[in-house]
Amino acid sequence: MTDRYDPYDADRPLTMGCRCGQHASDAEHATAELRARCETSAFEAESNAFIEATLVKALFPRDAVRRRFLRAVGKGSAMAAIGSVLPVASLQAMAQEKGALEKKDLKIGFIPITCATPLIMAHPLGFYSKQGLDVQVVKTAGWALIRDKMMNKEYDATHFLSPMPMAISMGVGSNAVAMNVASIQNTNGQAITLHVKHKDKRDPKQWKGFRFAVPFEFSMHNFLLRYYVAEAGLDPDRDIQIRVVPPPEMVANLRAGNIDGYLGPDPFNQRAVFEEIGFLHLLTKDLWNGHPCCAFGTSTEFIQQNPNTFAALYRAVLTSSAMARKPENRELIAKVISPQAYLNQPETVVAQVLTGKFADGLGNIRTVPDRADFDPIPWQSMAVWMLTQMKRWGYVKGDVNYRQLAEKVFLLTNAKRTMKQLGQPVPEGAYPKFTVMGKVFDPEKPEPYLSSFAIKRT
Amino acid sequence: MAVPLKLRAALLSVLLLAVFVGAWQLATRPVASASGPALTPEQIEYQKMLGKDPGGASGTSSGFPTPAQFATTAIGHLARPFYDNGPNDKGIGLQLAYSLGRVGLGFGLAVLVAVPLGFLIGMSPLVHRALDPFIQVLKPISPLAWMPIALYTIKDSSVSGIFVIFICSVWPMLINTAFGVSGVRREWLNVARTLEVKPQRLAFEVILPAAAPTILTGMRISMGIAWLVIVAAEMLVGGTGIGYFVWNEWNNLSLTNVMFAITVIGLVGMGLDQLFARAQKAVTYAE
Repeated sequence: MTDRYDPYDADRPLTMGCRCGQHASDAEHATAELRARCETSAFEAESNAFIEATLVKALFPRDAVRRRFLRAVGKGSAMAAIGSVLPVASLQAMAQEKGALEKKDLKIGFIPITCATPLIMAHPLGFYSKQGLDVQVVKTAGWALIRDKMMNKEYDATHFLSPMPMAISMGVGSNAVAMNVASIQNTNGQAITLHVKHKDKRDPKQWKGFRFAVPFEFSMHNFLLRYYVAEAGLDPDRDIQIRVVPPPEMVANLRAGNIDGYLGPDPFNQRAVFEEIGFLHLLTKDLWNGHPCCAFGTSTEFIQQNPNTFAALYRAVLTSSAMARKPENRELIAKVISPQAYLNQPETVVAQVLTGKFADGLGNIRTVPDRADFDPIPWQSMAVWMLTQMKRWGYVKGDVNYRQLAEKVFLLTNAKRTMKQLGQPVPEGAYPKFTVMGKVFDPEKPEPYLSSFAIKRT
Repeated sequence: MAVPLKLRAALLSVLLLAVFVGAWQLATRPVASASGPALTPEQIEYQKMLGKDPGGASGTSSGFPTPAQFATTAIGHLARPFYDNGPNDKGIGLQLAYSLGRVGLGFGLAVLVAVPLGFLIGMSPLVHRALDPFIQVLKPISPLAWMPIALYTIKDSSVSGIFVIFICSVWPMLINTAFGVSGVRREWLNVARTLEVKPQRLAFEVILPAAAPTILTGMRISMGIAWLVIVAAEMLVGGTGIGYFVWNEWNNLSLTNVMFAITVIGLVGMGLDQLFARAQKAVTYAE
């Protein structure tokens, strides 16, 4: 558009679209460069290995079990076993002998935030079409609409907040429809943004009476914000107000003074800094490094009816994740997903989020390379943690079968069934532990964890 | 020499517009920044991260747009109104066409329901009294309050949008039709009865022409409401249409584009209203 003829841009030749002069715009140039990068055989081998490792890791969350399994049955039959559960066999084979796709024209919903990076960039980079799919990625106005459109089957698969498929599967906040998390879209990458007028109130104990926004009730944002203020001794239901505001509207509300801050997805934290109305109080990575945020998922029905299509889609998204995880690609990715059709944001804002070199709104430039990451493995212990928080704040009442729900929603493949069929001893439990704000969460003991909190609704 | 009223009014309008644009220009003119101490390289980089160009032209990039910026944006949009870059990026002309299509469908359905039903209510005091409480309760409901119910039951977001248009534009037409029909002069009905006119002929050749001006007034009000509703509905449902365009640019906090969209919405709304004003004039009769 207008920035095309900027004579003072050091990055590209004058009156040409991009720096090499062959593309109409900078975004197209970046797309072409990324495409070239992912068409090298090195990347293909790497992404294949990455996808396979992801699958196997999802099947065997605990490494000891994986090794025991492999030692017991041997590599060949292990690969066959995995192939029998998921119609993707082994990866090298996957690339050549694909099953016939049940459905080629797909609609995938997304919310314009950087969490959706792998899902979005798979479109311009051609990862979907490479799998023989004709995918439309459709920008959606809010999470409630994502839920409704998914339940109405207007979308075949979608970008979810990772707790949403669980809430929908349980029928909390909607009818119960079985949903699955195929992969986590992103880890970290969120932040608490406060209005600049609160620059001197960096201690959450001073936040009594603040009004905060989160994108949706069933979101990591809501759970993490509640956790954070509760650790400071504030009751999130009584001492502060938490409102649901769609991410794109957060900055406008912050400017208008309707809210004092938000725990929201990027690029809207960085955008508030860009607009000089907010500053980054903390990155969610500092609460729980490696926490999941958004997920890529679909309904159980869709997977059952279209197993090959689902496998193709899964491959496309995972390839994209492999690409997005590499730091050297991040700057180009920012160029690809910033234009109007996708995030519709100034490129510098998106680039600051993805590269982790950013202005914090307080006058400092910080470098946090793992500010946003795209680790796709849907650990079930993450699901168990979300369930403990849903119960903690009264979204679900009564007894919760943590394990069963986590396995139903967060694992598309039934690892245990496979192992039973192979006459293997079925391992009990075994989900990785992690630390949230210095406190170790043991997924084996969700109830004691829950009752250890002073502020809760149960 | 007397200048015709029309010309004087037009002149005054132009003058008002000029005053408005002038005030706008004054209010948004860039503030000369006091050149402070020289910035360190790090500060310069920080400023760049905020989208500013230290040492260059001042004025924040995201402040309220100036008339010149607005004009550039408007020309940019109008230059290629029908481009289509996939589902999330379409030209303003296409978006308008989507919105007008939805309004046309919803409004058309409302006409099909409201006019016959209004006739029935107007002719029969019994039906009128029976349906009145329902109409009174349903009429004041905000269009967007219907949206969750529509999405839940219809299970299709674009049909839901059309339904919301329908449900909001049906009431003024219904009430006006009933009012117009019941207000047809007794003498004319009595004459028709004396001449033993058949009911069908009575409806089409006596009542309809007599009530037409009132019915069209109802339609005009309904069309105004429908055009108001479509923007809100599309902001909620998204996908396509001028309302989606506004929402998408709001995401980007791009006031220039939002203002451009508002101007377009206003102009199209005026055009629709004029259309019905013409039709109204055509059916008006002098007693």
